Amino acid sequence: MRKISICGLAVFATVLLCACVISMAEAQPPVGGVLPDFKLSMPGFADKGYLGISGFGSFRIPEIKAKLVIIEIFSMYCPFCQREAPNVNQLYEKIQQDPGLRDAIKIIGIGVGNSPYEVDVFKKRYNVPFPLFADGDYSIHKKIGEVRTPYFIGVKINPDGSHQIVYSKLGGFEGVDQFLVTMRRLSGL
Amino acid sequence: MKNRIKRMWCVMLIGMIGVMFLFMPDAYGLSDAYKDNIFSPGMLKPRDSVPKLKVGSRAPDFTLPAVSGENENVSLKQYRGKKNVVISFVPAAWTPVCSDQWPGYNIVKDIFDQHDAVLLGITVDNLPTLFSWTNQMGKLWFPVLSDFWPHGKVSAKYGVLRSDGTSERALFIIDKKGIVRYIDVHDINKRPPFENIVKELEKLK
Repeated sequence: MRKISICGLAVFATVLLCACVISMAEAQPPVGGVLPDFKLSMPGFADKGYLGISGFGSFRIPEIKAKLVIIEIFSMYCPFCQREAPNVNQLYEKIQQDPGLRDAIKIIGIGVGNSPYEVDVFKKRYNVPFPLFADGDYSIHKKIGEVRTPYFIGVKINPDGSHQIVYSKLGGFEGVDQFLVTMRRLSGL
Repeated sequence: MKNRIKRMWCVMLIGMIGVMFLFMPDAYGLSDAYKDNIFSPGMLKPRDSVPKLKVGSRAPDFTLPAVSGENENVSLKQYRGKKNVVISFVPAAWTPVCSDQWPGYNIVKDIFDQHDAVLLGITVDNLPTLFSWTNQMGKLWFPVLSDFWPHGKVSAKYGVLRSDGTSERALFIIDKKGIVRYIDVHDINKRPPFENIVKELEKLK
């Protein structure tokens, strides 16, 4: 009997430990949920215009003037992100060429563990036309569950300023057109 | 009856440990290119070797086999009088930070060219391992050299061989005269920002 109670205690301790580890590790952005609270530094003039934001210092993603924001979590050092770059550029072009989508869908990239210089290297190497932001100290990366790269998050921005994650998935997308259809369906555009 | 209860507890315990591992996050912003093939060594002692070279030292010469179609050898002295040489030692194949270091260098050949520099990647792994590992990175423009046998001989000469037989995450820049101009034995757990290399190459102009 005593043995059983010792065993029970061990299980109890393990459960506690489990709970601790799980709560310490931030979860990946859940579909249906909201983004964790983080800010991005205010970009240059052209990017501000594209995102429809103003002011100085920093901003939050739901402030972007759009119905859907597609966030690519990438790294200059990630071979899959390098391979995916032309596809994401193509997605941007398709959105920009469609008068119905141009103002509704915006794309940004967040370079995890990349310095601003490294983000800039990636931007120049692949002629990335949309705004890229640096997360040099992995602080955003930690808040989004330390996802592997590339990782795409679709955020629907509601007219009242609230927002909702509609897409959250690891890996590149299969086919630019298919991805755009999925995004439109999930965001009701 | 007692035994059955015991067994039940054990199964639950194992299950819970399993759940715990399932929820362990992937650190380091690791690329999905490697799927689940990256071994996680956890946090390591930032530095575990005794420096042997100083800025201004003559760079010790070496010849090592390279991973390439022909498995040719590369010698440091073949660049003497021709190119600046950036040597990137990384601790081991199939580990987290290393796997996401050279793929970045792979998209900046133009920056190395602008500075009349070549890049040599070195690890203490053997050629077959380096072959499989670097294949995940796409085609690399720079030679990757194996300092496997005699184990870590070049790493030791450069003062970057750690006590467990891996090497430090270190950068050396050697000018065309064969003189060491920059040494960064970096915290093994972190990737050195690329701009550090560029700044040092600027100085060689």
